[in-house]
Amino acid sequence: MTTTSHGDVYIPFDEAMSRYEPIIGIETHVELGTNSKMWCGCSTDFGSDANTQVCPVCLGLPGSMPVVNRVAVESTIRIGLALNCNIAEWCRFARKNYFYPDMPKDYQISQYDEPLCYDGYLDVTVDTPDGPQVFRVEIERVHMEEDTGKLTHTGGATGRIHGAEYSLVDYNRAGIPLIEIVTKTVIGTGSLAPEVAKAYVKELRDVMRALGVSDVRMEEGSMRCDVNLSLNKPGDGWGTRSETKNVNSLRSVERAVRSEIERQASVLDNGGRVIQETRHFHEDTGRSTSGRSKEKAEDYRYFPEPDLVPVAPSRDWVEELRAGLPEMPSVKRARLKEEWNINDFELASLANSGALDLVEATIAFGVDSVAARKWWTGELLRVANEQGVELEALSVTPHDIQQVESLITSGALNDKLARQVFEGLLAGEGTVEEIIATRGLAVVSDDGALLAAIDEALAAAPDVAEKIQSGKIQAAGAVVGAVMKATKGQADAAKVRALLLERLGVSE
Amino acid sequence: MTSISRADVAHLGRLARLELTESELDHYSEQLDVILQSVARISEVAADDIPPMSHPIPMVNVFRDDVVKPSLTRQEALAAAPATEDDRFRVPRILDEE
Repeated sequence: MTTTSHGDVYIPFDEAMSRYEPIIGIETHVELGTNSKMWCGCSTDFGSDANTQVCPVCLGLPGSMPVVNRVAVESTIRIGLALNCNIAEWCRFARKNYFYPDMPKDYQISQYDEPLCYDGYLDVTVDTPDGPQVFRVEIERVHMEEDTGKLTHTGGATGRIHGAEYSLVDYNRAGIPLIEIVTKTVIGTGSLAPEVAKAYVKELRDVMRALGVSDVRMEEGSMRCDVNLSLNKPGDGWGTRSETKNVNSLRSVERAVRSEIERQASVLDNGGRVIQETRHFHEDTGRSTSGRSKEKAEDYRYFPEPDLVPVAPSRDWVEELRAGLPEMPSVKRARLKEEWNINDFELASLANSGALDLVEATIAFGVDSVAARKWWTGELLRVANEQGVELEALSVTPHDIQQVESLITSGALNDKLARQVFEGLLAGEGTVEEIIATRGLAVVSDDGALLAAIDEALAAAPDVAEKIQSGKIQAAGAVVGAVMKATKGQADAAKVRALLLERLGVSE
Repeated sequence: MTSISRADVAHLGRLARLELTESELDHYSEQLDVILQSVARISEVAADDIPPMSHPIPMVNVFRDDVVKPSLTRQEALAAAPATEDDRFRVPRILDEE
């Protein structure tokens, strides 16, 4: 049992799972990658100077009128179709009224009881000791809304909101098209709940990527998750749920579910009552802290948005969008598994490491599938894990791998030198060619140079030569090692060995 | 019969972060009641054959193309702000949120 400084008590996960069943629900917000905002022509570029992408509409100035971005509607319908949803024949926007300065209008335009997409599902696969297990996560709704501005709290000792004297607001993000995807309650996951939650968010991210509707970068906030969770004893009715916000990485989704199970189990064990509240997840501790109690839905006083007319997508439009959907990630995985002749475990590790698309792209450049997989899931994945970034964030491209591989095939590089090329690429030292030139990387294939190095190594260890000649051929390893060291790894070890034995007149 | 209670008005006041005095609560309860009762008269003439309407014009699918247009300059954007700091709108601290 552990107790945090906030007074929350946690019991071990396995213990919690021995007495309770979790029910989860996930709300995911995805910022669409449109050029312009949801209701106005301001740019959606990330990272611009504060308040340089704002206009009367997204600042909520009097007299300004919103107009819906066609691509945002189209993207939402495509998301809905990809998630096997029904697409509403007619739906409206709604005003969600609340007084908080992240929205300059004092309301957010959203959708309430008439979402554009509803009743879908997404199948997700979780690895278990018994092999992959598929869970169907049902989708309640996919609706359109707008993102809010970004607040910075200042003045307090810690910079957190408590004790803050005032807040500073940047409205660049206000009005960026935001899609909310809400699952139905997911039951029956048992102790796999954390993995199912993570697998769902990951699958959703892959679907968004395949659709090309968002860059879905969780670390930049273009995809964010809220996790609802309740526990009940087997056979009992559903418990009270909490909503954990600020879950902003795949790893955090899993940790947030696990942590909340451990916390609620402890509350229930002690005869306490779980409070329906919003909690905030903290990446650093992996725990959440209590936030405000959830406002009742009626406090938002939703009503139909009078400034926007209803959206009524024609069935022709919907079918046209359906016909244009790309291959879904699950279908693609099944196809690649077959094409590459790999097993479930290999497929899962490729998919989980985010290497699938990169390997596919590398193969498209003509690289052998085994070599393509080897580089991405070996050396490069190790570096990505060390740096705590996604594989695709590394400064190595499928084309680089193709170049390196063709040099290995032609004998100009060996694996060891190739690793140095990648090291150079990762350090931003230039192109493959430039790195090879600057670092002087090339396999020494000149026999004369190799023999000179061999003679030098033998001279330094005369006893070794005798050993080899007396039949202890395994002693050759030491000389080969010395030659490789002398040539800074730029020799072909097998060739050195052959030359050495030839030199000493020994045959294997 | 009143259609909005004094407690309703106090609740709305809290949601709107307005500090209302006792006499203001009385005043607004009375005013809002008159407004709501006036609007409620519409439902007297709305028979079952008249569906509820949220927009006066029967129009759907008004969209714009996804094209970036110039924004305001930052000076223009911040011109009407009561207070600014560090190129941002400066607002009072908000309690009981986040």
